[in-house]
Amino acid sequence: MNSDINGDTANKYLTFILATEEYAIDILRVQEIKGWSKVTQIPNTPSYICGVINLRGTIVPIVDLRLRFNLDFQTYGSMTVVVVVNVISSNNKERIMGVVVDGVSDVYDVTETEIKPPPDFGSVISTEFVKGLTTVSDKMVIVLDIDKLLNSDELAIIDGLS
Amino acid sequence: MTIDLTQVRGLFFEESFENLDIMESSLLDLEIETFDEELINNIFRAAHSIKGGAGIFQLDDIVTFAHNAETLLDEIREKKHTISQTLIDLLLGVGDILRMMLLASKDEVTYDAEKVQICQNELQRILAKPVSEEIPDDIVQTEIEVPDETEKLVVKKWHIEFKPELEILKTGNDPINLFGELQELGELEVEVNVDEIPNFVDIDPQLCYLTWELILHTSATQSDIEEIFEWVIDECELDITEFNSDSSKNIKVNTENQERTEIVENTTPEIENLPDIPAPENITEKPIIKDVANKHIQSNTDSIRVGIDKIDNLINIVGELVITQSMLDQIGENFNSSDICQLQDGLAQLERNTRELQENIMRIRMLPISFSFNRFPRLVHDLSTQLGKKVELVLSGENTELDKTVLEKMSDPLVHLVRNSLDHGIELPEQRKQASKPEVGRLHLNAFHQGGSVVIQITDDGAGFDTEKIRNKAVQKGWITSEEVITEEQLHEFIFQPGFSTSEEVSDLSGRGVGMDVVRRNIRDLGGSIEVKSTVGEGSRFTIRLPLTLAILDGQLVRVGKEIFVLPLLSIIESLRVQNSLVNSFTGAVEIYKLRDDYIPILRLYKIFELEDTITKLEQGLLVIAEGDGQKIGLFVDELLSQQQIVIKNLENNYKKVQGVSGATILGTGNVALILDVTGLIQLFKNKTKSPTHLPLGAIRYE
Repeated sequence: MNSDINGDTANKYLTFILATEEYAIDILRVQEIKGWSKVTQIPNTPSYICGVINLRGTIVPIVDLRLRFNLDFQTYGSMTVVVVVNVISSNNKERIMGVVVDGVSDVYDVTETEIKPPPDFGSVISTEFVKGLTTVSDKMVIVLDIDKLLNSDELAIIDGLS
Repeated sequence: MTIDLTQVRGLFFEESFENLDIMESSLLDLEIETFDEELINNIFRAAHSIKGGAGIFQLDDIVTFAHNAETLLDEIREKKHTISQTLIDLLLGVGDILRMMLLASKDEVTYDAEKVQICQNELQRILAKPVSEEIPDDIVQTEIEVPDETEKLVVKKWHIEFKPELEILKTGNDPINLFGELQELGELEVEVNVDEIPNFVDIDPQLCYLTWELILHTSATQSDIEEIFEWVIDECELDITEFNSDSSKNIKVNTENQERTEIVENTTPEIENLPDIPAPENITEKPIIKDVANKHIQSNTDSIRVGIDKIDNLINIVGELVITQSMLDQIGENFNSSDICQLQDGLAQLERNTRELQENIMRIRMLPISFSFNRFPRLVHDLSTQLGKKVELVLSGENTELDKTVLEKMSDPLVHLVRNSLDHGIELPEQRKQASKPEVGRLHLNAFHQGGSVVIQITDDGAGFDTEKIRNKAVQKGWITSEEVITEEQLHEFIFQPGFSTSEEVSDLSGRGVGMDVVRRNIRDLGGSIEVKSTVGEGSRFTIRLPLTLAILDGQLVRVGKEIFVLPLLSIIESLRVQNSLVNSFTGAVEIYKLRDDYIPILRLYKIFELEDTITKLEQGLLVIAEGDGQKIGLFVDELLSQQQIVIKNLENNYKKVQGVSGATILGTGNVALILDVTGLIQLFKNKTKSPTHLPLGAIRYE
């Protein structure tokens, strides 16, 4: 991703809807978008981890973003969308994860300079996952830092080497 | 039309190395002073195959060397030598030299010819011994001079008529090789008879129209000559007669190469007279091999030997796949909505087939750990002789399957650990006697699946670690202060520290840590761990745990509510229906089931995993008695489903370790099922049932 080299390069972002808000993630991190399929629950995990699915032979954990952001739970159905993303963790390991969202919305070009740091607001989501805010055709879009989001708390990789 | 020998070449080396392995293990099984015909024949056959193969590829030095070894083996077979330790060691040495030569030819590099010569001399020396004389064990280095056998024995002249059948080349035999072997016995004169060659138009280039008359001057016996023709005896007419005339008359000195070209020259002109004919392959083959051999640069095509059952299984699955495909084809041809059920069935079947295919192909990569273990008898044999120790090596769990890559990478660390145990663990026989231990030390290599890992244990009953010395060393290195109180386990940890071993002061312990840090790093690179337990005077045990990233496991599927879990079959002891009268409550928190003489705690899986819609009444479900880390536990499940081999998928790749779960697998339906880890479950259970007031600090993280 070239965003670090030149702040004016436009990157493509995929946006999705959660409750009423629109969130954006770097499109290069999106591996695929698929419908809801049955998950296998993992015991003793926080409620926002729905479980794991079999994605062509790979075991992929699914995270419900609504629950992660403490929004109301919405039952899964044929309209539920899972965005499969590549996450890079602290030790540079690449992981594949799925996030459950209400629906995908659009793809925007956003330059690095258009992303403004978020104000310290009393939102339901901790601002540490938010890369910034941007405005696309008069709508505010929250740009998420997917790496931070999916490496926080319970999702963090505990270094296996003890 | 030529045969591409490069392909066969690889196979030859592979086979030769296998033969060497057979030779080695048979040699190690040989017992002194006893005559085990089966084993000796095994060794003989192995050596003979190597020689034969080497002949085809014109690895003359190997042929010569192997031939000598073979002669010795033959004599052993005829009970001309008694089996002594010297003899076994010599033959082991021969195996090593052959391996070295083969490796050198494979990679097309040169080898240490001196070593070969020394070994060769040794062979000759033993061969030269008068038949009846026994070789005492102690005269190893006395006379190395090579007596020239031929000088002592009477050289006879043999007349050999060799008329191969037309089809002989198709059986893979090449007369030139035979002549080459004959030549080793003595001077050889070859005359080719070309009368049988038909008219040009009738020539089939794959047939051999030539017959030969050979005159051989040799001291060898008729049976020696016959033996050379052993492989072709069914495909030729052979007549071997002895000349009584003066044998010295016809002797002319030829070097091997001159002789060889002579053979070729003898045969080629006849054919070259006929222009533009594809020459028979036996004649053109020769220069081409050389060409190819030169081009043959070390090709690193690793191969894997797969059990025929695995292949058969694959073929079966592919067969099923084809059937499914044609079934779907048929449905698709005239599709109407009433066929939808059939279509669904077909698709489900297709999915299952594909999945099975995938799993079975992954199984091909799995090799039993015996591939790695098998080299240890030799290592232990050599090292214990060298160190003057008596060691009995016990191997168990050789059939535990491991991924080929993991296996290969584990080889060196294992060798290192075994070496260490022998070198520093097991004491000298006298010391052992003094410690009132059996004189023969015991080294146990064990492998098994446990809790979702492959565990390899190396146990010796030696002296154990000298904690005092480790401590001193650690203090000296500045890792701890001399006052610091640390546990024994922590002390043992130091041996894994880089630089621990570099000291010479730690006399009998030096080397205990040589490269132990490297061993640990290698194992960690594979995602495994190594730990050590040691008791002074009783021995030590290294336990290596390797992840099952690709491993296969026999699993029992169990259902709890809507979820399906997999229990490793190895951890299950039995399954039973609960009799309510045998269930007791213990301190109000734990239910205990009385099974014969045991009291087994009941772990309700649905409770620990917080599952809904499950059977909660004990008598309606099933109790699976499982064992983890030596502790038994009764797992309460709704029902038992099928047993099957499962491919373990790693949860940590994309998620992280989950307590009580060692991994996941994909079921025939395509759904994910979690694999239960009994040891982890017991831990989880213990922590959950402990009353909060007594909760130890460390347990909080499981809450």
